[in-house]
Amino acid sequence: MVEINLEFSGGLELLFGDVKQHKVQVPAKDGAIQVLISDLLVWIRGNLLKERPEMFLKGDSVRPGILVLINDCDWELCGRLASPVEDGDTVVFISTLHGG
Amino acid sequence: MAVEGDAKNEAGAESERPAKRARFNWIGSESHGLDKPQVERYSRQLLVPAFGVAGQGTLCCASILVVGAGGLGSPVLLYLAAAGVGTLGIADDDVVEQSNLHRQVIHTEAAAEAGNPKTTSAKEACQRINSSIKVVEHRTRFTAANALDLVRPYDVIVDASDNVATRYVVNDACVVAGKPLVSGAALGMEGQLAVYHDRPGAPCYRCMFPVPPVGARRCADAGVLGVVPGIIGSLQALEAIKVATGIGEPLSARMLIFDALTTRLQTVKLRGRSATCAACGDQPTITAETLPSFDYAHFVSADTDPSPLPVLSAAESVSCAAYKARVVDAGRPHVVVDVREAHQFAIAALPGAISIPLKHLVNRIADVQAAVAEAAARCPAESAAPDVYVVCRRGNDSKIGTRLLRQKGIGNAFNLTGGVVAWADEIDPSFPTY
Ligand SMILES: [Zn+2]
Repeated sequence: MVEINLEFSGGLELLFGDVKQHKVQVPAKDGAIQVLISDLLVWIRGNLLKERPEMFLKGDSVRPGILVLINDCDWELCGRLASPVEDGDTVVFISTLHGG
Repeated sequence: MAVEGDAKNEAGAESERPAKRARFNWIGSESHGLDKPQVERYSRQLLVPAFGVAGQGTLCCASILVVGAGGLGSPVLLYLAAAGVGTLGIADDDVVEQSNLHRQVIHTEAAAEAGNPKTTSAKEACQRINSSIKVVEHRTRFTAANALDLVRPYDVIVDASDNVATRYVVNDACVVAGKPLVSGAALGMEGQLAVYHDRPGAPCYRCMFPVPPVGARRCADAGVLGVVPGIIGSLQALEAIKVATGIGEPLSARMLIFDALTTRLQTVKLRGRSATCAACGDQPTITAETLPSFDYAHFVSADTDPSPLPVLSAAESVSCAAYKARVVDAGRPHVVVDVREAHQFAIAALPGAISIPLKHLVNRIADVQAAVAEAAARCPAESAAPDVYVVCRRGNDSKIGTRLLRQKGIGNAFNLTGGVVAWADEIDPSFPTY
C-alpha cells in the first residue's frame, strides 16, 4: 500500500467530481512488491473515475493528449506504465490545452 | 532581418544598421547598432545587465511571427512591439468580435463594431506603441499549404493559436524550416507554456503529443477568464525575446503549468526529442515535400469521437418557430427542461425552464415527471399529456437529453432544434447569446 498525491488538471478534474487534488492509498497487485503506474491507472478506473472513462483512458494507458507527470517529471523519462510509484509521490494527469 | 512581400514598410523602419549611415561623436553604436533614439527609447532594458545593448541590438534586428492575434497573441504582440523586435509578423484570418474584447486586449470596441480583421487592428495597435518597427500582416489562415512560406522569413515563431490542427501545422513547419517555437495555451482558469525545437535534443510539440487528442475543449465552450491568456501570452513574449536574443534559459524541454484558481505556477521536466517523431525524428515523414499536402483536419479528427450524438427523427424535434407558434403563443401548458450546466443556465434561460444539467438528467427523471404532472394540472380535462421540450445552448446536448427522456418513458419529449442560440437568432432578439 502506497500513499500517493494525485492531481488532475486541464479539464480532467471534471471526470473526478471537479476535484483536482486527491490523496489516495493504492495497494500493490497480488504478489507484487511495488505499485506501478499501470496499477495506479487500474485503481483510478475502479475507485476514483466518476464518469466517461473513455475521456481518461484508452486501452491500458491514458488517452492521447494527456501528459503524465511523476514528481514534476514527464513519465516518458521514468518508464511510462512500468514506472514504480512510492509513498509520498505526486502523480499529475494533465490534459493539454489548445485555447488561445 | 527583412521580411519580403505582404506589406510595405510604411513606418520606414531601419533595416540597415544606422552606424553605416551616420558619423557619431560617441562610441558604442558601431558594435550594438543602436542609434540615439533607440538608446533613449529602450534605455530601461539596456540597463538590465542580462539584456543590455547586446540583447537590444539583436532584438532590433530580429523577426518574430505570431500565429493568432487573439487572447494569447494580444499581449505577445503588444510586448514584442514595445520591446523593439525589428520585424513583427501577425498571422490571423479572423475579424474582431464583441466576445473577443474581454481578453484580446489589443483590439478595440470600434474594431469589433466595424468587424475589422484582427491583423489590421493588431498592427495599428503595435504601430501606435512603436512606429519604428516593421509590422507585417498575414491576413490568412495558417494552413499546410502556406505554413512553410509563412515561417521561413522569421527567426522565432510564437504559437498563439486556438485549435489543435493549427498547433500541429505550426509545429511541423517550425521543424521543417528549423525555427524555434514558443507555444502557449489557455482555457478556463489554466494555462500552459513551452518552448519547442529550439536546440538539438529538445522535443517538438509532436514529440510530446504524437497522437492528437479527442474532444479538445474550446474557449467558446469552456470559457476563459481574460487575464489567464494575458499571463500566458506575456510569458510567451518573454520566452520569444529570450530565444531571439539568446539570453537566459528558455523553457526548453520543460513545461510551465499555471493554475489561476490557486495561483500555482509549476515548471515540469519534459522528455527529449523522440527518435520516432514524424516531424523531428530520425526518419521524418513530414518534410518540406510532404508537409504542404498533409491533411491536418483529417489528422486531428482521425480518432473518432467517443460519444457520438444520437440521431433524432423529424418527429422528435421541434423548431423554435414551431415551438413559439404552437406552444408558447397557443398558451399550451408544457415543460421546458434546460440541460445546460447551471452556470450557463444562470446567464439566460427560456421563460419557465427548469434547469437539469445533462449529466444529472438520468438521476432526475422524477423531477421531470413531477413538472409534467404540474403542467397537466393546468391543462383542460381530457387533453393530451403536456409535452416536454429539451433545450441546450446549440441543440446538441438536448438531443442526448431527448433520447434519454424517451428511453425513460417520457414519450412526448422533443428536442428544441438549435437551442437557445437559435431561439435568440430566430425568435427573440432580446435574448443574449454568449
Ligand atoms: Zn518531434
